[in-house]
Amino acid sequence: MHLSFVCLTKPVLHGYFRSSCSWRLRIAFALKGIEYDQVPVNLIKDGGQQLTEQYKALNPMQQVPAVEIDGIILSQSLAVIQYIDETRQGPRLLPADPKKRAQVRMLSDVIASGIQPLQNLYVIQKIGAEKAQWAQHFINRGFQALEPMLKQTAGKYCVGDEISMADICLVPQVYNAERFKVDVGLYPTIQRLNQTLLEIEAFKLSHPSCQPDTPDDLRV
Amino acid sequence: MATQTKPVLHGYFRSSCSWRLRIAFALKGIEYDQVPVNLIKDGGQQLTEQYKALNPMQQVPAVEIDGIILSQSLAVIQYIDETRQGPRLLPADPKKRAQVRMLSDVIASGIQPLQNLYVIQKIGAEKAQWAQHFINRGFQALEPMLKQTAGKYCVGDEISMADICLVPQVYNAERFKVDVGLYPTIQRLNQTLLEIEAFKLSHPSCQPDTPDDLRV
Repeated sequence: MHLSFVCLTKPVLHGYFRSSCSWRLRIAFALKGIEYDQVPVNLIKDGGQQLTEQYKALNPMQQVPAVEIDGIILSQSLAVIQYIDETRQGPRLLPADPKKRAQVRMLSDVIASGIQPLQNLYVIQKIGAEKAQWAQHFINRGFQALEPMLKQTAGKYCVGDEISMADICLVPQVYNAERFKVDVGLYPTIQRLNQTLLEIEAFKLSHPSCQPDTPDDLRV
Repeated sequence: MATQTKPVLHGYFRSSCSWRLRIAFALKGIEYDQVPVNLIKDGGQQLTEQYKALNPMQQVPAVEIDGIILSQSLAVIQYIDETRQGPRLLPADPKKRAQVRMLSDVIASGIQPLQNLYVIQKIGAEKAQWAQHFINRGFQALEPMLKQTAGKYCVGDEISMADICLVPQVYNAERFKVDVGLYPTIQRLNQTLLEIEAFKLSHPSCQPDTPDDLRV
């Protein structure tokens, strides 16, 4: 793969230990062997540190993650993942084959557009009392689609036998599903892939249970 | 080089995600067939078993292309950019390319999914306020981001996937009576883009499945 020449800096990740979108980036950095600094943004404390004017300057959507890298500021985790794939060495995060690459993006977007935004903190705060049912509904709906799609595309991993952006999106979404008490056992391919991926160092090192800002009572 | 086929787009005239693909095909000069999926009629044709086989998410669009079936419009747009000739839909420069994807995702993950048909049906009586809220919230973020990245178009002076996402989202905003004048950069870009043939030809007002009373 032809790597483009940019002036590379050590990335700074503004994120939250339990944000699934932040976790995607921690996995991607780990898979590529990229060292990075973390600046925690606590989504609950002080009414939510993502809502400060300071953070808004980094990401006007007032969400995590945001990344300072190579002289620019990027938000939207899939944009960041593909940027580091195109500018850093290390294992590919998207396949070389265009059809497989399209499948990786399709599966990633089912999660990143079709599920996660419907159950993120901001939306469930807005839903209020019925938030558990709302989140479960949208996660189940998304997993009901993802399961047959993955049955078609998956080998050892989500698309064939190479780890990709789709796997990076899947594991944090399953973690969210479990937090909302969705029965992931209803989705055997998703469950199998998640279990396989959780054995991999990059997924373990980046896990919410062992980050700098993980609270003591959730630390493993 | 894979075998290329004439794409078949399963979509709806007024679906903003379907419109993104119609724009992309037009920009690349790709001929395609359309199979309309009426989201309202018969309780919603996207909910049939037949359509579910094409897209298990039961949403439009879905595309049959080169022997595979793809859904998720941004995946399709990047696939055709990588396999077809014609003007680039994403810039060559990696940083600009990242900005295009970032802006596209603000729309495709941060705004549109919160105001699509399925969600607003679920919200029920307060759907107008809900949709306006999320579109305004997204546009309040997009406006300063575009102020930084935009030249003639969303990112610099070349049309990209970000522009392809923007115009249909502004159309949705207007349907929900959001005041787009509050966002001068968004408004300016939208007006410029609507003058372009690919955006006009693909407009919801002139598709095969556009109802007569909405046809221009």
